[in-house]
Amino acid sequence: MNRATPAMLEVQHLRKVYQDSSRTIEAIRDADFSVGQGELVCIVGPSGAGKTTLLKCIAGLLAPTSGAVVLEGQPVTGPPPSMAVVFQEYGRSLFPWMTVHGNVMLPLKQKKMSAERREELVRNALAAVDLKGVEGAYPWQLSGGMQQRVAIARAVAYEPHVLLMDEPFAAVDAQTRADLEDLIRVLWRRLRVTVLFVTHDIDESVYLGQRVLVMSHAPTVIMEDVPIDLPEDRTQLETRSMARFGELRKHIYSQIQLAKQGWRPPAS
Amino acid sequence: MKNLLPPPRRVVIALALPVTLIAAWWMTSADSQSFYFPPLQTILRTFAKLWFSPQALTNIGPSLWRLSVGYLAAAFLGVAIGLPVGASRNLRNVLEPVLEFLRAIPPPVLVPVLILFVGLGNEMKALVIVFGCIWPVLLNTVAGVRALDEVLAETVRSYRIGRFARLWHFTLPGASPQIFTGLRQSLSIGIILMVVSEMFAARDGIGFVLVQYQRTFAIPEMWSGIIMLGIIGIVLSLLFRAFESWLLGWYHGLRQSQRAG
Repeated sequence: MNRATPAMLEVQHLRKVYQDSSRTIEAIRDADFSVGQGELVCIVGPSGAGKTTLLKCIAGLLAPTSGAVVLEGQPVTGPPPSMAVVFQEYGRSLFPWMTVHGNVMLPLKQKKMSAERREELVRNALAAVDLKGVEGAYPWQLSGGMQQRVAIARAVAYEPHVLLMDEPFAAVDAQTRADLEDLIRVLWRRLRVTVLFVTHDIDESVYLGQRVLVMSHAPTVIMEDVPIDLPEDRTQLETRSMARFGELRKHIYSQIQLAKQGWRPPAS
Repeated sequence: MKNLLPPPRRVVIALALPVTLIAAWWMTSADSQSFYFPPLQTILRTFAKLWFSPQALTNIGPSLWRLSVGYLAAAFLGVAIGLPVGASRNLRNVLEPVLEFLRAIPPPVLVPVLILFVGLGNEMKALVIVFGCIWPVLLNTVAGVRALDEVLAETVRSYRIGRFARLWHFTLPGASPQIFTGLRQSLSIGIILMVVSEMFAARDGIGFVLVQYQRTFAIPEMWSGIIMLGIIGIVLSLLFRAFESWLLGWYHGLRQSQRAG
């Protein structure tokens, strides 16, 4: 594990059990990892691995059954002010009755700052995701990729220390997806923000991450923590055709196959 | 809804049937000798005399005043009660049987009761309208709040959006398409109750004069009053539609883009 930087986010033996009157479902058995300040970590797992559950626990939207999430030394008990989440369903996470400007602005209205500062943050965030001239448009007037850019701009304008992304590009076409992946790399390096990126796409996790955490099938544990030793400057064409990219991809792929068959690492 | 026809043709199509019906009425009644079905010409002459006079206001004014007070109070109460009820399952379980019972009571039966408690005045009529109009608004608000998008709710939570902003920027606009469905239903109920309450016991108002005309066998006047009520209904519904399309423009656009995509 990369311990060169101080831990920004620690997930400590997190366990999540869903319980209702008729049955009990153990979604996450033991998630235990930490993310260093300024790191970009991807979490990849087969479908049904409890990825969204884990992310909601980290975001403070769900209370873990046991274990803890610690952000900048503080235990997370509700959505923390220094965290922003980008959801998969961009069409459902933007307010359809607000313009693009209104959507990016709304969370900032909760923060104590001058109106000029707010406007500046909105302007810069929209520029950072290459959205200019659509401030007055409604989200549903834009393409899927542009809508997800608005959601990313809203997160960026919020000035989070940690950016959580829950399969944000699962619903856009391949070309748009590649553009958005590059956008995340650019934003991450420019803003020095810590990013935790959940995906089911192995290639995406290898292309984006400095580390990839491989999740088992539910009840979930972290199967492996794979450091991605690819050069920092990544391009879709070159990085993806590197021999090392192929090796990492193959390694994680085989881990996911094991996960699908129900294999899990021996309890530590 | 996308209407593919050019505007002039749409107007022609919309007006074709009303014009035909009026023409048919005009011609079949032209030389009517029946006391109860006078010629349309007579009715229209009476209409012009009765309702285009300053006196008309003494009857239309009170009616519209009662309707607006009752309707707006019902709209406010329906939304104000519907928001917490929609948000809380416990509250729904407690209130639902009572609400179902109250809703089942036909509002006009309250007129005699309310006369006992609040008298014959405007308060009685407004209260009858409130009692009839509140249910569609209340029940649709509850349904609208319950159907709020979960992802959007989580977005609101994760950005720590405060109580008031949550209500104003999320709950109300999110439920507004449903709320407007309720408001539209309530408007026609309100007009009915306005007339009915005035027929029972009143000194003025459209419902009151209608009954007066009928009792004094002023038949053309009675018919003209009925036409006036129809016109009031159409004007109010057009005003309502204009207000709705101004406030729910985003919703119609969203629906259209979903259909196209």
